Amino acid sequence: MAIWVNSDTRLICQGITGAAGSFHCKQMLAYGTNLVGGVTPGKGGTLFEDKVPVFDTVAEAVKATGANASIIYVPPPFAADAILEAIGAGVELIVTITEGIPVMDMIRVKAVLKQSKSRLIGPNCPGIITPGQCKIGIMPGHIHLPGKVGVVSKSGTLTYEAVGQLTALGIGQSTCVGIGGDPVNGTNFIDVLKAFNDDPGTAAVIMIGEIGGNAEQDAAAWIKEHMTKPVAGFIAGVTAPPGRRMGHAGAIISGGKGTAAEKMGAMREAGIEVAATPADMGAAIVRAAERKGVALKG
Amino acid sequence: MNIHEYQAKEVLKGYGVVVPRGRVAFTADEAVAAAVELGGKVWVVKAQIHAGGRGKGGGVKLARSLDEVRALSAQIIGMQLVTHQTGPAGQLVRRVYIEEGADIARELYLGVVLDREASKICFMASTEGGTEIEEVAEHHPEKILKEWADPAVGLADYQARNLAFGLGLQGASVNKAVKFMKALYQAFVEKDCSLAEINPLVVTGGGDIVALDAKINFDSNALHRHPEIVALRDTDEEDPKEIEASKFDLSYISLDGNIGCMVNGAGLAMGTMDIIKHFGGEPANFLDVGGGATTEKVTAGFKIILKDPNVKGIYVNIFGGIMKCDTIANGVIAATKELGLSIPVVVRLEGTNVELGKQILRDSGLALIPADNMADGAQKIVAAVSGK
Repeated sequence: MAIWVNSDTRLICQGITGAAGSFHCKQMLAYGTNLVGGVTPGKGGTLFEDKVPVFDTVAEAVKATGANASIIYVPPPFAADAILEAIGAGVELIVTITEGIPVMDMIRVKAVLKQSKSRLIGPNCPGIITPGQCKIGIMPGHIHLPGKVGVVSKSGTLTYEAVGQLTALGIGQSTCVGIGGDPVNGTNFIDVLKAFNDDPGTAAVIMIGEIGGNAEQDAAAWIKEHMTKPVAGFIAGVTAPPGRRMGHAGAIISGGKGTAAEKMGAMREAGIEVAATPADMGAAIVRAAERKGVALKG
Repeated sequence: MNIHEYQAKEVLKGYGVVVPRGRVAFTADEAVAAAVELGGKVWVVKAQIHAGGRGKGGGVKLARSLDEVRALSAQIIGMQLVTHQTGPAGQLVRRVYIEEGADIARELYLGVVLDREASKICFMASTEGGTEIEEVAEHHPEKILKEWADPAVGLADYQARNLAFGLGLQGASVNKAVKFMKALYQAFVEKDCSLAEINPLVVTGGGDIVALDAKINFDSNALHRHPEIVALRDTDEEDPKEIEASKFDLSYISLDGNIGCMVNGAGLAMGTMDIIKHFGGEPANFLDVGGGATTEKVTAGFKIILKDPNVKGIYVNIFGGIMKCDTIANGVIAATKELGLSIPVVVRLEGTNVELGKQILRDSGLALIPADNMADGAQKIVAAVSGK
C-alpha cells in the first residue's frame, strides 16, 4: 500500500521535450513508471523515445491516454499556466518540479486549485515516489526500498538523505512526498500526514521541515490531535540568520517568526521524535517506533 | 530584492500612492540644490541604505535652514550607519534623500505581506505608527487590523474602508485612505512585491494620507518580467561574495564562521550548516549549487569559498539526485587548480555517479579528506579546522 501513486498511475509529462523533462522522463521510464504521454505545444503527433506519444494540449493527452497524473517541467515564467492547463483538463494529481515560479502566479493558481478536484504537489519539489511502483519526480530511484515508512519533506536533498539512511538500515518506504520549499504550494504537511495516517501500508512517518512560515507548527498541532502512528522529524536552519532567504523562496525567518527552535519546540511538544542532526533522521524514526512498539520492517 | 526608500516612493507614486516631494543627493552640494528646488522652510535629510531602523541610528534628521541641510548631509553621507538590521559594523551611507517637511497629525502603520497559510495578500494596519510591527504583534496583537485580498477581485473598497475606520479615520480622510490602499495593492501585485511597509503612514493636519516612509521588497522569482526594477538594484548594499555568486545563479549567503560549505539543495545546505554547528564548528556560508549545476557553476562556487579569507576549511556535502557526483568532483579540481589549496577539504559524495566522482577525486592527487556519511564529514572538518 501507499498514498496517491502506485503501479496503476497513468502519467503524462508537460514539458517532455525540454532538457530537464526529457532527461527525467527517461529516468522515470527506466524506473518502471507508467508514462503514457507527453505535452509540448507545437510538437503534437511526435513520439518521445520512439514510444511515448506527444500532444499539443493536456486535454488531448488526457483524452487519448486516460492519464490521471501529470508532471510539470515547464520553465518558471510559463509554469503557472501549465498547472492551470492540467487543472482545466481535470488531472487528479499534478506534480510540479519547476523552481522559481513567481509567488503572485502561485496565489492565482491556488485560488483556481481550491475550486477544483485536482491535487497539486509542489512547486519547487523533487516529486513523489512509491518505491518499486511509481516514481514521479527527479529523485534518484535506486536509493529507495519498498516498505512501511512514509516520508514528507520541504527539501529534496534532505529527503534523499533520510531515504538513504532508512535504506541503509534495511527499512523501506511506503511513499515519499516532497511538498517543496515555496511559500505558496499545493499540498501541505497536514494533507500528507492525513493520507499516511489513513494508509494501512504506512507504519510510521518522517517529516522534514525548514525555517519560514508556520506549516510545521500547524502540522505538529495536527499530529498531537490525530496521528496514531509514530513520527520523527527534523527542521533545517538552526544556524540560518534572520531575514535571509536560504535558497528556497519560503525559507526565511521574518520578524523573529518561523525559526527552527520554535518549530522543533512545537514538534517535541506534539510527541514527535526530533532528530538532533540530519544524520540522525533514520535513527530517530527507529527510536519513535520502538517507543510505540511499532515494527518498521517486514 | 530590496531597493532604497526614495526608489520605493518613486515606484508607488507611479500608482497614485501619495508621497512627500523629495530629491535624492549624493553630495552635500546636491542636497542643498535639492532643498532649494523643493522650496519651503523645513526639510528632512534621510540616509538611504537598505536596512531599517535608520532614524534610531541617527540617519534621519530635520533641517530648518539650507545651512543645516548642508551640514547634516555632509555628516550623514559617508557615515557608517549602525541600526539593528545592519549588524555592528553598520552600512556606509552613499546617498541621502532630501524631503519636504510634513505636517504630521497622526502616525499610523500599513503593511502588505503574503499570508502563506491563506495563500493571499494580507493588508495589516495599526494605530501604532513608527513602532515595528513585530513589537506590536508581540505586545498588542489586538491593535493589528487585517484584511485579505481575494486574488480574483483584489482589495475591495469595503475592506479598505474597514481598515480606515478601524484606524479611526474620519471625513474625507477615509476615502483618501481607501484610494491610497487600493493604489498600494495595485503596485504590490503589478510589480510582484513580496513586502510593502508604510511606516509611518501619516495623516496630515489637512487630513491627507501620506507615505512618510516606504519599504518594498520584490519577489526575485518575478524579476524576469520587471527590468525596470532590476535597474534599481544597488550592489553597494550587497556582500561582494553574494554578488559574485548571483552572477552564476548560485544561492550563496555569507555567514560569520570559518568552515566553508558547498552543498546541493537548500535543505541539505541548511542541514549541513546545522550539523557543523552541532559538532562545535561555525559555518562560513550557505551555498546551494542547485540541482542541475554545470562544472563551471561548481567551479565558480568553490572559488568564492576559497577566496573568503575567513574560511579555514571546506566541507563539500553532496547527495546527488539530478546533480552528478562527477560534475562536483571536476568543479572542485578546476577551482583548486586555479587558486591552489592550502586548507583542509572534506568531501562527502552520495547518489548519482558516486563511484565515478570518488575516482576522479582520488586520481587528482589533491589532499582531500573523504567522508563516509554526513555526520562523519562534519566531525572531520570540525576536527581539521580546530587543529585536532
